[in-house]
Amino acid sequence: MSVDLILFFVLALVAVAAAIGMLLSQNAVYSALFLVINFATVAVFYLLLGAPFIAMAQITVYAGAIMVLFLFVIMLLGAEKLAPGKVLPYQRPLAIGLAVLLVAEAAYLLLSRVQSVAAIVTPTVETNTVEEIRRLGMALFSDYLLPFEVTSVVLLVAMVGAIVLTIREKGEQG
Amino acid sequence: MDWTLWLEWAIKSLILIFTLLIGFGYLTYYERRFLALLQSRLGPNRAGPQGLMQWMADAVKLIFKEELTPASAYKLVFFLAPVLTMVPSIVIAAVIPWGPPIEMFGRTITQSVADINVGVLFLMSIASIAVYGIVLAGWSSNNKYAMMGGLRSSAQMISYELTLGLAFVVAILLGNSMSLVEIVEAQKDMWFVAVQPLGAIILWIATVAEVNRHPFDMPEAEQEIVAGYHTEYSGMKFALFFMAEYQKMIVVSAILVTLFFGGYREFWFLKDTFLSVDAVWRIGSWQTSAWFLGPIYMFFKIAFFLGVMIWVRASWPRIRYHRLMDFGWKVLLPLAVVMVFITAVGILLAQEVHPLLIWLSPILSLLAGWFASLMVDRSLRRKAYA
Repeated sequence: MSVDLILFFVLALVAVAAAIGMLLSQNAVYSALFLVINFATVAVFYLLLGAPFIAMAQITVYAGAIMVLFLFVIMLLGAEKLAPGKVLPYQRPLAIGLAVLLVAEAAYLLLSRVQSVAAIVTPTVETNTVEEIRRLGMALFSDYLLPFEVTSVVLLVAMVGAIVLTIREKGEQG
Repeated sequence: MDWTLWLEWAIKSLILIFTLLIGFGYLTYYERRFLALLQSRLGPNRAGPQGLMQWMADAVKLIFKEELTPASAYKLVFFLAPVLTMVPSIVIAAVIPWGPPIEMFGRTITQSVADINVGVLFLMSIASIAVYGIVLAGWSSNNKYAMMGGLRSSAQMISYELTLGLAFVVAILLGNSMSLVEIVEAQKDMWFVAVQPLGAIILWIATVAEVNRHPFDMPEAEQEIVAGYHTEYSGMKFALFFMAEYQKMIVVSAILVTLFFGGYREFWFLKDTFLSVDAVWRIGSWQTSAWFLGPIYMFFKIAFFLGVMIWVRASWPRIRYHRLMDFGWKVLLPLAVVMVFITAVGILLAQEVHPLLIWLSPILSLLAGWFASLMVDRSLRRKAYA
């Protein structure tokens, strides 16, 4: 067994354990921390697959920015230990149904593509990563321009929405 | 894998860690003596000649101090937080090149623990991880003031990280690489600070905010929130926060030097003399390449910027929190975007039209910086601003 494979299995175990820990922990801050561990292991997977740029972006964006904001909100609201609130009556069956659908989809894709997975060549690690980023940028702004722009608009709408929700009208009591 | 490679890594890591630890010790001494000089005092001068052993006395004191854990603290996180602060401050130094490669024992030894091809991104991602220790320290203490310190630092560090990233982009554009060694070698003919002075200034401001130093030390503003995130820490746990802060100072100075001030290289006009790191020194029949000049240059450049940091601490009052946020989002970030744009256009014009057009970018960006400071000045003059 190669070092990469051992590393993969150990990290996969850590990733799954962190994900389960995130779901089961009672304290929201611990959940967030488990999720950070999960993100970090996923970043190492990207490194193993020869995509250092994506790995570093994963850590910077998810672990470094988004999860810090999550923690910020949890701490600011003092929401780390909320009592289990009322559950919507149809929430649980709906969640189970959606989860089954997701697993079925993933299983179908995995099984139908299992031949092509073997054919994927591990990309050679580029020595000049600026070239790699240039290609990434070209792809993002030409082939995938529409999804990119739509995502930007969605993010902008979310941002404007958050500001509108918190802004105080003139004369309103804060 | 080759066992000698493992040995090389282990030795280099040990050297790096001990350099940072001793650097921390003497940085506290440097800071106290320099502050004393600026304030017409003497500073610590009793322990050892000129007080040079002061840091050791401080360390012994901190080790033997009693450690307290608040009864209602979240014990595990309370214990982990100092470690989480300390580790990134050392790890981030792993990619910084301290000198040109050495030919020794029949092999080429690079003077950085790891020369990875996404070095600048590595700096960025570790810098963004560094906030966890402080935030978790604030939260796990279960103390309102500590919590406020943690919240302040998380908001502040996220805000200034964006600017930091854009300043890194300028260095990547100019060096046309993300490897720190290649960026340093690209500054052989001209330091990047000459091509993009605004980039160096913005990087400097953003990193000072990122390491929570004066005038951006809101997370531990003692007049407002006791000691911020480390209010509840004592003994060695407090010492770890203290060490992390000073090591971060050293590391961010090293980053600034590497990206904009020629890294381990000499002044660009000395590149053909015997003071160059590429030069070969001959003494009689014995000859050696001047690789050892690299760490020496690094040392003096870093010491200079540490001195500037201490000088700033001695001269300027702390900036108010809402102004800190306003400055980060409304001044520094737009200015950094403009700077990246100007740099990219300058590089493109230099490639396509005439090489001398690269000098448009320093001129234009300094104009932009001047305009921005004019606007800040104007808005501060208006009474309504406060």
